[in-house]
Amino acid sequence: MSEPRNQWPLYEVFIRARSGLEHKHVGSIHAADARMAIEHARDVYTRRQEGVSIWVIRSSDITASDPADAEALFDPAKDKIYRHPTFYSIPDEVKNL
Amino acid sequence: MYTQGLDSLGADCLHLSAAETAALERRFQAKVDDDERIEPRDWMPDAYRQTLVRQISQHAHSEIVGMLPEGNWITRAPSLRRKAVLMAKVQDEGGHGMYLYSAAETLGVSRDELIDQLLTGAAKYSSIFNYPTPTWADVGAIGWLVDGAAIMNQIPICRCSYGPYARAMVRICREESFHQRQGFEIMMTLASGTPEQHRMAQDALDRWWWPSIMMFGPNDAASKHTAQSMRWKIKRFSNDELRQKFIDVTVPQAKFLGLRIPDPKLEWDEVTQHYRFGEIDWNEFQQVLKGNGPCNRERLEARRRAHEDGRWVRDAAMAYAEKRRAREAAAA
Repeated sequence: MSEPRNQWPLYEVFIRARSGLEHKHVGSIHAADARMAIEHARDVYTRRQEGVSIWVIRSSDITASDPADAEALFDPAKDKIYRHPTFYSIPDEVKNL
Repeated sequence: MYTQGLDSLGADCLHLSAAETAALERRFQAKVDDDERIEPRDWMPDAYRQTLVRQISQHAHSEIVGMLPEGNWITRAPSLRRKAVLMAKVQDEGGHGMYLYSAAETLGVSRDELIDQLLTGAAKYSSIFNYPTPTWADVGAIGWLVDGAAIMNQIPICRCSYGPYARAMVRICREESFHQRQGFEIMMTLASGTPEQHRMAQDALDRWWWPSIMMFGPNDAASKHTAQSMRWKIKRFSNDELRQKFIDVTVPQAKFLGLRIPDPKLEWDEVTQHYRFGEIDWNEFQQVLKGNGPCNRERLEARRRAHEDGRWVRDAAMAYAEKRRAREAAAA
């Protein structure tokens, strides 16, 4: 068994496909430090010009919501359909609205 | 990612009553039945997690070991173009291994453990990579048949119920199609070349045909995981269905090349609209799986050596990163 101490830490990789688009999560990579993580992410995730910019962040630095809290977090938005434009009926003859 | 989160999730689960677990299982299966995806932090049955770890890591190991038979030809490719293409393909296999290890890690297993399982022989990888590549035509046959069979297997996994595996597979399938086409192109060039080149192409087909159709795994009746995997939507088609599909699309391709499939029982069945084919030598398949194939020892030996020879690089990089972190902390 190799020592767990020696395993390079895990980084999450985010890639901007082209300028004008947001960075998107594409996967993860092991590296000794952040700079190496960017180099490895370049090799693993952009072999076919998939990106123009890479972000990496230590996976252990991400705080994620718990799926068990999903109802508490997201259900309150369910009954607020008046936040959508289709909630309001406007006569057809009114234009540009 | 999420490895730490999973540990705590596991501990929480210990406090659940049997009724609570049953309710979670029902909700899980309902989600799967509705074609919803399961994501890393969602509750999942232990057996589902274990099945995925086994399947995804086997798949990752296959990509990594799969670099070896073709890597054999990089320095001897017949032209600069072929060499550039082969290097790109082998790099892709390495990349696919990385996507898959990442996906497996979301299930709470570490990369080190997975690599260890491969190097100690505890984990399996696809039996096909234990066959040798004595001629250049083998590079063509691997691309055409082995990658062709892999694509047939992998396309349905793009809709697998486990999100990270499905997403990795979408990337892989997009990249694999060039692998199959470059292989077929090599076969076309050889098959329409000199009589000697044609013989080389036929010889490669003769040696790779049966191992390729074994890649789909045992017959449905003998496949112990199929039923449960289908219920969990990890698997969408049975081994025999996929094998039949592969044979049906590949036989006309061989005809186009002017090559003969090495199966005297192969014939078109008008009634079923499928090819009938001869009996597969399952004894050979079992032997190769057990480690007695032509190259099993050589492949594992090569992986172990690469891992050992690279150890000082991994350790040095880690030590350097720690030193820099310590310096930055001291300066702050």
